[in-house]
Amino acid sequence: MQAAKLQTAQVFSFHGGIHPPENKTQSLQLPLGKPSLPNELILPLGQHIGQSSRPLVKVGDKVLKGETIAINNGFLSSFLHAPTSGTIAAIEERLIAHPSGLSDLCIILAPDGNETWTPLEPLDNWQDISKTDVLAYLSEMGIIGMGGAGFPTQVKLQGAHKNPLTHFIINAAECEPYITADDMLIREKTLELVLGIEILQHLVEADNIVIGIEDNKPTAIAALKAILSERNSQIQIAVVPTKYPSGGEKQLIQLLTGKEVPSGQYPADIGVLCQNVGTCVAVHDAITLGKPLISRFTTLTGDALKAPQNVEVLFGTPVAHLLEYADFEPKKLSRLIMGGPMMGYTLDSAAVPIVKTSNCILAASKKELPAPAPEQACIRCGMCEQACPASLLPQQLLWFSKSQEFEKAEHHNLFDCIECGACSYVCPSSIPLVQYYRHSKSSIREAREANVKSDLAKQRFEARKARQDAEAAEKEAKRLARQKASSNKATDKKKAAPEKAAPTAAAAPATTDESKKLKVDIAIGKSKLKKLQKQLLEAQENEHVEEINNLQLQVTDQEKAIASLEEQLAQMTSAAPDAPATNTAKASPAPVSDELKKAKVDVALIGVKLKKLQKQLVETPDDQELKDKVSAFETDLKAAQDTVSKLSESTQASTNTAAAEPKAAISDELKKLKIDAAIAKAAVKKVEKALKKAEEINAPEIEAIRQQLQEAQQRADELEKTLANPEAAAPKAAPVKAEPETNVDADAAKKRKIDLAIAKAGIKKAEKNIQLLKEQGKDEAEINASEWPSKLKEAQDKLAGLEKEQASEATAPSVATVTSAPIATANIDADAAKKRKIDLAIAKAGIKKAEKNIQLLKDQGKDESEIEASEWPKKLIEAQQKLAALEAEESTSATSVSTPVEKTAANSEAKVEPEMDLATQIKKEKIAVALAKAQINKLNKRLESSPEEADNIKQEIVATEQRLQSAETLLEKLIHSQTNMQENR
Amino acid sequence: MLTVLLAIGILVLLSLIFGAILGYANVRFHVEGDPIVDQIDALLPQTQCGQCGHPGCRPYAEAIANGEAINHCPPGGQATIQALADLLDVEAVPLDGDHGTESAKRVAVIREDECIGCTKCIQACPVDAILGAAKQMHTVIADECTGCDLCVEPCPVDCIDMVEVGVTAKTWSWDKPQGIAATSLNVIATDRQAEVTH
Repeated sequence: MQAAKLQTAQVFSFHGGIHPPENKTQSLQLPLGKPSLPNELILPLGQHIGQSSRPLVKVGDKVLKGETIAINNGFLSSFLHAPTSGTIAAIEERLIAHPSGLSDLCIILAPDGNETWTPLEPLDNWQDISKTDVLAYLSEMGIIGMGGAGFPTQVKLQGAHKNPLTHFIINAAECEPYITADDMLIREKTLELVLGIEILQHLVEADNIVIGIEDNKPTAIAALKAILSERNSQIQIAVVPTKYPSGGEKQLIQLLTGKEVPSGQYPADIGVLCQNVGTCVAVHDAITLGKPLISRFTTLTGDALKAPQNVEVLFGTPVAHLLEYADFEPKKLSRLIMGGPMMGYTLDSAAVPIVKTSNCILAASKKELPAPAPEQACIRCGMCEQACPASLLPQQLLWFSKSQEFEKAEHHNLFDCIECGACSYVCPSSIPLVQYYRHSKSSIREAREANVKSDLAKQRFEARKARQDAEAAEKEAKRLARQKASSNKATDKKKAAPEKAAPTAAAAPATTDESKKLKVDIAIGKSKLKKLQKQLLEAQENEHVEEINNLQLQVTDQEKAIASLEEQLAQMTSAAPDAPATNTAKASPAPVSDELKKAKVDVALIGVKLKKLQKQLVETPDDQELKDKVSAFETDLKAAQDTVSKLSESTQASTNTAAAEPKAAISDELKKLKIDAAIAKAAVKKVEKALKKAEEINAPEIEAIRQQLQEAQQRADELEKTLANPEAAAPKAAPVKAEPETNVDADAAKKRKIDLAIAKAGIKKAEKNIQLLKEQGKDEAEINASEWPSKLKEAQDKLAGLEKEQASEATAPSVATVTSAPIATANIDADAAKKRKIDLAIAKAGIKKAEKNIQLLKDQGKDESEIEASEWPKKLIEAQQKLAALEAEESTSATSVSTPVEKTAANSEAKVEPEMDLATQIKKEKIAVALAKAQINKLNKRLESSPEEADNIKQEIVATEQRLQSAETLLEKLIHSQTNMQENR
Repeated sequence: MLTVLLAIGILVLLSLIFGAILGYANVRFHVEGDPIVDQIDALLPQTQCGQCGHPGCRPYAEAIANGEAINHCPPGGQATIQALADLLDVEAVPLDGDHGTESAKRVAVIREDECIGCTKCIQACPVDAILGAAKQMHTVIADECTGCDLCVEPCPVDCIDMVEVGVTAKTWSWDKPQGIAATSLNVIATDRQAEVTH
């Protein structure tokens, strides 16, 4: 029945394959040899596929036979045991059995010759304990695939659990020429083999167990059959025809099951497990005897050996030692090959050791293995395709490999090539096809590894970048938070500020400061936002998802921050005008004086308008309308003057008591009214123009136009009234009836002005030079000797002349300054008034400058006499005189103006004379007040700079203050009387 | 007349249908970003060494996509240039010597007893391959090191060496045969009796 079973084992076929001379008989002539112990055993740490083992021993350690000397280093790794007892001589780099001829780390064991076994612990209860434990035990016994690849057995067995196994195939084909190690193993250790298979079957539980063996091993087959029938085993024997490479795993599977292992998959994927006979024996030895894997059967063959044979050899035995054992004839040796003639590789040195996968040492003579013929061009005969056992297209693969088109080679399933060498063997052009494929394969593997590594580097680089960005963002966020906190504090302060400001003061500057700060914050925030948005854009471009989220968050935060800041600013600005307008904030004198100035200008403007009207009135004496207008204007003017006086009063008040004065609201309203008035004025002008035209041509529509004009004027009047409204403070001079006529030549005025300016510049220059000389320490005499004082005098003379000229030429003096007479004649022109004003201002500035210079001299420590000696006091007096003269001139001109006004304007009865006096006096007093104030300031400054003179200065200050006070009271009185007078009028 | 109108109608209908299909495809298969930059970036060696003059491999990829020369990457060498040339369908030019020369793969090794623990190399390393802390000895994780040289310059005590990664039995690869008319000793041909069986 057993026999029948054995014969029924079906054998299929695989594509291709070759029939090289077997040359197996040579090594089977002698029985299994047992070489003596070599002087040293060289045990490479990397005898298997995967990570090298980690040595457990140190140099000098004494080890027993079978003792573990290196353990696995990771999943795909293995244990290593001492093949014999001895001492660890070294752990160093030694040449290893590798096609590269490179060295690798090896444990060198010096045998002591005793062969003392370490206590063996067989796994007797392997049938009872879990399979995982058995696999772990196999791993610890250092069992790896003995067929050639050196794949750790326990890993392969674990993989076999993926799918239920249909076939468990034991590979005993040994198809490669010359090699008879497995044949000998089966013959010598038949029972151990069968027992090993049974243990493995227990572990994998396959449906069928088949031993695949080539028909060129009849002795082995017979021995197996005998044992199997003896044990009534379910193991089948499949005798396959001799054909290279039937011993290849995939080929044998195809032979025995008819199934092909798909490309890129493993036999376990189709429910097949394949194990080498050597592995089965090793498993048996490990489990039932407790012996780790420390030796193997190796074929020593080749013509260069007199006694070719199989030997059971300890791992680490140098090849040279074995060659010696087999009566090596060096002279005959052409090539020393590890492995078979088809898939083996040439050894450069006989010093390399036997390792777990070394199944053959072929010491070939030249006759046996002639040097390969030179490569010739491919003739596309297609024989390689016929020979390929993996059904590939070797020719195509060759092209791709030659041209480095690895991608295409991969597409042609390069990695399914088992490198059997059949194609090279049949190639008539002697092309080393396998070597091309090997090169391509290793290039592709390298590229893949480089890719993996570069991906890793990229990943790490990006992770680092992300981390750095996150750190920066965190820092930025913290900074922002701090800034926000501080700005919040500021906002709180600011919120409190208006409340505080209402009753107290000092809010306005605070708020402006605050708003300035807020504005700066907003600007910073905006720039930051811009930056963040830029980053975000970049991140989006680079598809950094984490970054994008992060940045988007930041951007929104930033936007919020800016929005809140802007809100704050808006609040602030709306609060700011309120504060000074409605409250009693400590308004500085400056705005009031501004106000005053404006009011004064208004008065002047109204005066001018009035003059124009009056002039018109002269031309058309019977125009009742105009007369009405003029009278209305006069009222306006009075109101304006009232405001001016009020304002000047308040100026006094503010200077004395630092009382608050409304400002912003008034000016706003004024502005608005002004605009309205300007519009009205434009309308009036237009209508007047039309009227004029109509008059010229005596058109009948004159009446209608006149009516229009009246309407426009009414409108302007209304505005005027609003402006004049005392509630709205400073009245606005609405240019109601502005007539575009001017008698005075503006060009001449301009020219004079320029002359004046030049003269003044000359004076300035001269003064500057004198000052410079003084600073340079030259004494008065020297300075006088220089041409500058004379120049200065010349210039001053010239200036005086010009000014006089201007004054005399101004036949129509204007209303001009502060409280000058309101009613002017028609000849008077605004330009002249303006000019006069400018002159006055210049004169004042001159006084100020002179004072300043005197002060400077004083500060420089010059004593009174020196200062007196300098020209400045003189200048000051001169300037003051000039100012007085100008003012007097102005008042006279105003008087002269008033006469014709009185003549022409019947309605206006202005008492000019006393008013004029009053105005001059007020002005003088004002100047006195200003001077006193300036002196006080100066004195205070001096007090600071020279504390030793404190008493003197203080006394001076007190005196000046008294003076100031008296001047102010006088001024007040004067203004009062002026107001009264105006009111009376 | 009817035939003409029919023909026109059919053509209009067809154009509308295909237009709709194209429009849908444009939306459905829209590609975000610039795929060519990713492809170029994938070919670059990712050493992030900056020898090309860009702060990393991706910026250089972007520059190449914008027309910069492909031969500015010494770590990638001729192989990278070839790959880029194939990808971009341009001529493979020799490596630009201005940016450095192609050298064997190297890793940084810190002479640890000389290290003062300044962390400068850690900050310089673009791939975080250096381990250490302030005033502690630093060391290079050789597997992560890309051999970019960037840590050598900042080291104040010059204790970093760039060491060539030698070929080990694991990293060794087969040489390419010398080709026609060159003898090779690596292929074993036991017999010249070519025999093919099926």
